[in-house]
Amino acid sequence: MRKGSAAAILAGLALAVAACGNAPTTTQPTASESAPATAGAKTLQGVKLEVAAKWTGAEQKNFEQVLKAFSDKTGAEVTYASTGEDTGAFLGPRIQAGSPPDVAILPQPGLVQQYVEQKALKPLTDAVTAEIDTNYTPYWKELGSADGQVYGVLIKAAHKSLVWYRSQAFDDAGVQPATTWDELVKNAQAIADSGTPPFSLCGASGWTLTDLFENVYLSTAGPENYDKLSKHEIPWTDPTVTTALEKIQQLVGKQEFLVDGTSGTMQTDFPTCVSKVYSTKKSAMVIEADFVAVEAVQSGAKVGEDAKYFPFPKAGDTAPVVLGGDVAVAMKDSPGAMALLQFLASKEGGEIWAKLPGYLSPNKNVSPDNYPDELTKQLGQTIVSAGDAVRYDMSDLAPSAFGGTDGKGEWKVLQDFVRKPTDIKGAQEALEAEAKKAWK
Amino acid sequence: MTERLDGPKVPPAVSAGGPATGPAETPRTKQRLGPSAAVAIAFLLPAALLLGIWVVYPIVYSLIRSLFDANGTGFVGLGNYTTIFTDSGTLTTIRNNLIWVVIAPIVVTTLGLIFAVLTERIKWATAFKLIVFMPMAVSLMAAGVIFRLVYEENPDKGLANAILTTVHDTFASSQGYPEARPREGDQSQVADQNGAVVTKQAVQAGQPVLVPIVGVNPQLVPANAQPAKAPAAGGGLSGTVWLDFTRGGGGQSGAVDPSETGLPGMTVEAVQNGQVAATATTAEDGSFRFDGLPAGSYTVRLPQSNFQASYGGLTWLGPTLITPAIIGAFVWVWAGFAMVLLAAGLAAIPRDALEAARIDGATEWQVFRKITVPLLSPVLLVVFVTMIINTLKVFDLVFIIAPASVQPQANVVALEMWRVSFGGGNNQGLGSALAILLLVLVLPFMIMNIRRFRRENT
Repeated sequence: MRKGSAAAILAGLALAVAACGNAPTTTQPTASESAPATAGAKTLQGVKLEVAAKWTGAEQKNFEQVLKAFSDKTGAEVTYASTGEDTGAFLGPRIQAGSPPDVAILPQPGLVQQYVEQKALKPLTDAVTAEIDTNYTPYWKELGSADGQVYGVLIKAAHKSLVWYRSQAFDDAGVQPATTWDELVKNAQAIADSGTPPFSLCGASGWTLTDLFENVYLSTAGPENYDKLSKHEIPWTDPTVTTALEKIQQLVGKQEFLVDGTSGTMQTDFPTCVSKVYSTKKSAMVIEADFVAVEAVQSGAKVGEDAKYFPFPKAGDTAPVVLGGDVAVAMKDSPGAMALLQFLASKEGGEIWAKLPGYLSPNKNVSPDNYPDELTKQLGQTIVSAGDAVRYDMSDLAPSAFGGTDGKGEWKVLQDFVRKPTDIKGAQEALEAEAKKAWK
Repeated sequence: MTERLDGPKVPPAVSAGGPATGPAETPRTKQRLGPSAAVAIAFLLPAALLLGIWVVYPIVYSLIRSLFDANGTGFVGLGNYTTIFTDSGTLTTIRNNLIWVVIAPIVVTTLGLIFAVLTERIKWATAFKLIVFMPMAVSLMAAGVIFRLVYEENPDKGLANAILTTVHDTFASSQGYPEARPREGDQSQVADQNGAVVTKQAVQAGQPVLVPIVGVNPQLVPANAQPAKAPAAGGGLSGTVWLDFTRGGGGQSGAVDPSETGLPGMTVEAVQNGQVAATATTAEDGSFRFDGLPAGSYTVRLPQSNFQASYGGLTWLGPTLITPAIIGAFVWVWAGFAMVLLAAGLAAIPRDALEAARIDGATEWQVFRKITVPLLSPVLLVVFVTMIINTLKVFDLVFIIAPASVQPQANVVALEMWRVSFGGGNNQGLGSALAILLLVLVLPFMIMNIRRFRRENT
């Protein structure tokens, strides 16, 4: 929803920036016959493929460039179909009618499981799986798998472990970006003492709170527990959850830490919380993903100068890297579809895409040096260096009644917790009760 | 917007309820005058077909669907209905609907009645009616957006709080340093005590008192503030109140550093045995001195009045006030509708009855109570019942006005029905059960309305 459109704008802006440089302009993806660029065997000459994804505008154009590279290499003719924001609503009728696109790109791994149950997906061939084994850590392979079969591959990532800050506020308070949680809390106190409330939380947008929790939990409890909690294999009443909530309590428990206090926070949605930092300059930090850049720019801040960010500080033993992203799956068992997936999962395909703005690759072999700007390079570096500890957004892995609905499940309980941070036990019990309902 | 369609239908029924003249004059015969049965069916068929497709079939299907689980395959019997009455979330929606049904129709009808009666007495009645009726021309969705802004907490944006704060500030205004706090920590010389700042240790004359304050936005420090000076010892009880924060960091907490400024205009009290022994005000460099104070040990206190935050109005969109706030928006939309109907009803009341009462010496209040209201009661009932039905199915106002974080507290049955069916959970079984619950709640009032129409038409 929000995140998707924000990402689209981000890509749009990034493209606008790149357009000043020497970014290659795209022609229609169908015009494969006009571009016999690369030498080599065009094994898929004459094959027609359809790819469906939610991207529009600049993101679509960039993706079409990647598709064109594939066409040039193989000779296949690829058309792109935009699903709009609700991918399920686009694919559902197509699946029922028996004419799905060859390849679909799903915004949530949860949809992979759902479509596997509907028998709408084709297992990936050994060649594609081998490509995934070379380029991805086992965690991502498992994410695209169901019942031991590999069905999908994560091809585009969003970085959710960032703390954005206003450099002027940090200078005024005389603090530096924190690397540990305790430092973050100490800095927050210093910023509060300087007369600026340090945190602008987006309490009205529940997903921002789940992102905060996921980062703290991944850091304090470690990747193994994170996986277990994602699948509800350990209960939400687990002591590891207590630890994470205690950490969050240190931020939200103090009125002077929150801009406009608790009640103001609860009425602030994303992106208003960003504008409280960069536009009205009432606050110092906002804890959200890479797409904050779009809103910061709209608030009149210059990314890299006024608007800076640092990696989410270590609250425990793990430096957290939480990603969101899109999973490519095959809906038809054709050599063309498999070849395209293999291309998208390959180092080659990833690097073509990485050179375009607004893209972050989860592929460990795609070197961050490929990214067009410094910011993306740094983000890419954190993903590569986190290695096996990188995790996918937990709430997006959960049933949507728990992890993706306004006023329900995890969103609601975390909002209640921010309202009343003293009641950790009550929050955990409420989370467990909601989880039991969703995972039955 | 079916409620809009209901609207215009009512006035004819009302006027028919007045002096019944028409039908009596037509000759009545047993012989069939109308068209043949075949023609009748042919004419009824489109309507019957549409009603069947859009009303009867959905109701029947919802009823069946409500007995199945989220996937629509597993039969759960009355399980979904049990969930409705055991889940705390849905119970809140039912509670909210009850509040709505009890309060909103009464307020709308009463306001409509007051407006209708009063507009009879004023010259610019048409203009007034036009303005009050205007919100009806705005879609409920737009009305929701308008009221979302009206209830914005920041008085610079939200009309409701702008009015409240303006009224409040006329009587009392903020002063001093609303966001200031004492420096925290064990090393700090001072601590917070019920909003006031007091020294932790008893102090004596000749011993300078340090009162470190933090959390003041540099822009809010008065322009005349001078760099703070560490107080000199000797000569009565004296000290410094200053902003204990070095811009850019590096200052020592609890000590007066060179670039730190004093906080002028603070009221300082010397307290002994709970009694205020002397009062002083800080100078531009933050220093204060109690003159002519008897020797002894005191506590130095900065009373709460120094830190009085400006009145920010009410949290309209918070969990407590959200339902009354949305009802306010609902009243704004529908009061005009009620007024127009009731004004039409008033116009139909025979003047002679009112005049007779007045000649007999009845006061205006008595005329209103004993004559106007009883004669108007059919219209009042129509308005009231229409409002009950409208409140039961209220959806858009709640959806738009309540911020996502308080939607659980503001939720109503119709919104919950949509949420569980399509808003993520995709549990259309439970959603259908809620739809049926809503139908059951609306049904008695529908039947009541239909009966009234029948009675009036015969």
